[in-house]
Amino acid sequence: MLPLAGYTVVDFSQFLSGPLASLRLADLGARVIKIEKPGTGDICRQLYTSNTVLNGSSTVFHAINRNKESIVLDLKDEADAQVVWDLLAGADVVLHNFRPGVMERLGFDYASVREINPTVIYGEISGYGKEGPWVERPGQDLLLQSLTGMTWLSGDAAQGPVAMGLSIVDMFAGSNLCSAILACLYRRALQQVGAHVHVSMLDSAVDIQFEAVTTYFRDGQLLPQRSTISNAHAYLAAPYGVYRTQDGFLALAMGSIPVLGKLLGCAALETFADGEQAFRERDSIKTILGAHLLTEPTAHWLEILEAADIWCADVLDWRSLTAHDAFKVLDMLQEVSMGDGFGYETTRCPIRIDGERLVSAKGSPKLGEHNKKIMEELYG
Amino acid sequence: MDNKPLEGLLVLEFSQFMAGPTAGLRLADLGARVIKIERPGTGEGGRQIAIKNIFVDESSLVFHTINRNKESYAANLKDENNLEDIKKLIRQADVLTHNFRPGVMEKVGLDYENVRKINPKIIYATVTGYGNEGPWATKPGQDLLVQSLSGLSWLSGCEQDGPVPFGLAVVDMYCATHLTQGILAALLKRARTQKGGLVEVSLLESALDMQFEVLTTHVNDGRKLPQRSTARGAGHAYLSAPYGLYKTRDGYMALAMGNVADIAETIGLSGQSYQDASAWFSRRDKILEEFASMLCEKTTAEWLALLEPKGIWCGPVNDYHRFFQEDGFIGTGMLQQVVLQDGTSLTTTRSVYQIDGEHLYADRPAPKVGQHNTSIVHDYLEN
Repeated sequence: MLPLAGYTVVDFSQFLSGPLASLRLADLGARVIKIEKPGTGDICRQLYTSNTVLNGSSTVFHAINRNKESIVLDLKDEADAQVVWDLLAGADVVLHNFRPGVMERLGFDYASVREINPTVIYGEISGYGKEGPWVERPGQDLLLQSLTGMTWLSGDAAQGPVAMGLSIVDMFAGSNLCSAILACLYRRALQQVGAHVHVSMLDSAVDIQFEAVTTYFRDGQLLPQRSTISNAHAYLAAPYGVYRTQDGFLALAMGSIPVLGKLLGCAALETFADGEQAFRERDSIKTILGAHLLTEPTAHWLEILEAADIWCADVLDWRSLTAHDAFKVLDMLQEVSMGDGFGYETTRCPIRIDGERLVSAKGSPKLGEHNKKIMEELYG
Repeated sequence: MDNKPLEGLLVLEFSQFMAGPTAGLRLADLGARVIKIERPGTGEGGRQIAIKNIFVDESSLVFHTINRNKESYAANLKDENNLEDIKKLIRQADVLTHNFRPGVMEKVGLDYENVRKINPKIIYATVTGYGNEGPWATKPGQDLLVQSLSGLSWLSGCEQDGPVPFGLAVVDMYCATHLTQGILAALLKRARTQKGGLVEVSLLESALDMQFEVLTTHVNDGRKLPQRSTARGAGHAYLSAPYGLYKTRDGYMALAMGNVADIAETIGLSGQSYQDASAWFSRRDKILEEFASMLCEKTTAEWLALLEPKGIWCGPVNDYHRFFQEDGFIGTGMLQQVVLQDGTSLTTTRSVYQIDGEHLYADRPAPKVGQHNTSIVHDYLEN
């Protein structure tokens, strides 16, 4: 039995953050019903990446919304609103990511839902919290990265702000909401009490940076300084970074500089000490190291370093990764199939329970695909 | 808050470094009692991994950040008496986490098969670098190495840059959320079925899951590799113009997705030249450069005043000085003070979960190695 077997999630959310939380709940065994607006549905259906269209929707939509059902309902229409209420009455979890105030105006806010369903777990994601000067701002990933100082952590010192090239604030916010929902479902299973759960993208963006934030306040409020070359973390000493070799790249994590000097045959490195100096003089160290690593291919360096238990790795792209046995053994990709028989490949849930990978063959729903089925279940 | 969801639960944390202990912090903030099982003397490895070489009260500042709100029990797993005590603790525990390399827990007899014999209702949760099998099973599971092996480093920065890692331990942290979810789901299942369970996550699977949108695009678009922009500041290899960061007269600003023709018109370019929406991706680099040449002419505030009223998704690029002074941030109450054992204080973050209208604060400092041995013996081992 999957942990959430028999549970129903009614999901009003769009884009990435909320739908990511419900994807996880679906993979853990819940039935997820997406409530979508007539015409366009979840706006993410049209959020194309590299202009790729797959069976009428964006690849991103297919990745986020597999293993779910879709019902089209107009939240402002009286008859449709009644259907929403009938769904909410039987829901174990409800979630949305509208801006603060929207659900209150529509009448589906927590206080109202709790009246008809006292043990519901009601989850919401906001951009910037439920009050304050930013509530009306769009809760969008790049804007949150930029606002919270995150863009000064990646890339080299001279490159200006560098965004992290994925919607990671969305993903952490969605993941955090999922955790909070699970914790409250656990409490409900023991105590039969519902819960109101909220996570903001703003808090989640700060939380991802908790190491850097704590350092900033303890260390005299100095801004993070990226190294001039091979930066991989503004707060870590040399050699931490990625270096060019004769035929590719090499990643080096934490390690002793003089030891590296000896192993790599680079005498200039042996004069540096670890700790304080490896941090303060990391630009010089990285420059020397970078020039030296250029003289031989990646495999040559890996052979020497791995034998000495140094934390190092090759740098792969997706082609070399997906061809590698270490990737294949994970069985991380799965083939899913939509209601109309269209099949596509995507990733599976990254969590294993009792030795089993959590997979599901159900693809994403067409807009309104399950209206008929759900109406029949509700009204016969 | 009263009645935290995990109140009454006992978590034994054998995990070290970041991913496992971050999950432990989440569970602690949700109300569980989390006890770190540490080797006597040096304690867990994370105590010695410092950022900016900063140590506080004998352990790294990072350690203090990740391990507040926990207790420490020092025990030598190779000593028979100590091991017996640990087994006694396990008998009373709800959750056990570790991130040892495959084989280590087997050697001391604390692998899942043995532990479930001691306590069939336990949730046994492990973090590995790359799973338990395959050619990388014994490779060091470290954030930057997993970023490099998983393809993640080809998504940020510009085409001409070579690999650009994300400048935070994002894989560790994402893996921690997966571990937390797995443990919570298994606890829920236990509440429904009275059965314990095994939860396994790995850094590599978490790094792949983090890329699930773009990997799904990759395996369905003829396996093309990500094509980062040549324009400095571009924000995402797969998204159309104008997505990125732009230099202004006094700093930088961000533009997210939007109607390129409308934005062009607003910043003083001819909207007519940008009507064809399919070109927003195919001509992305060119459009970014054309926008950059206009946006450098005015200050960030001037541009935002023009763009925001039109509903265009834009915002400032702050540094920490500026961000932490903003009312919008201060009002969140996201920071809390933790008084350390040496009397000095630490400003750190609180939990992100808001439950029943309340944020979860917990200002108890990280423990010293073995600090709670006496009270733990009293609570669990005396009878």
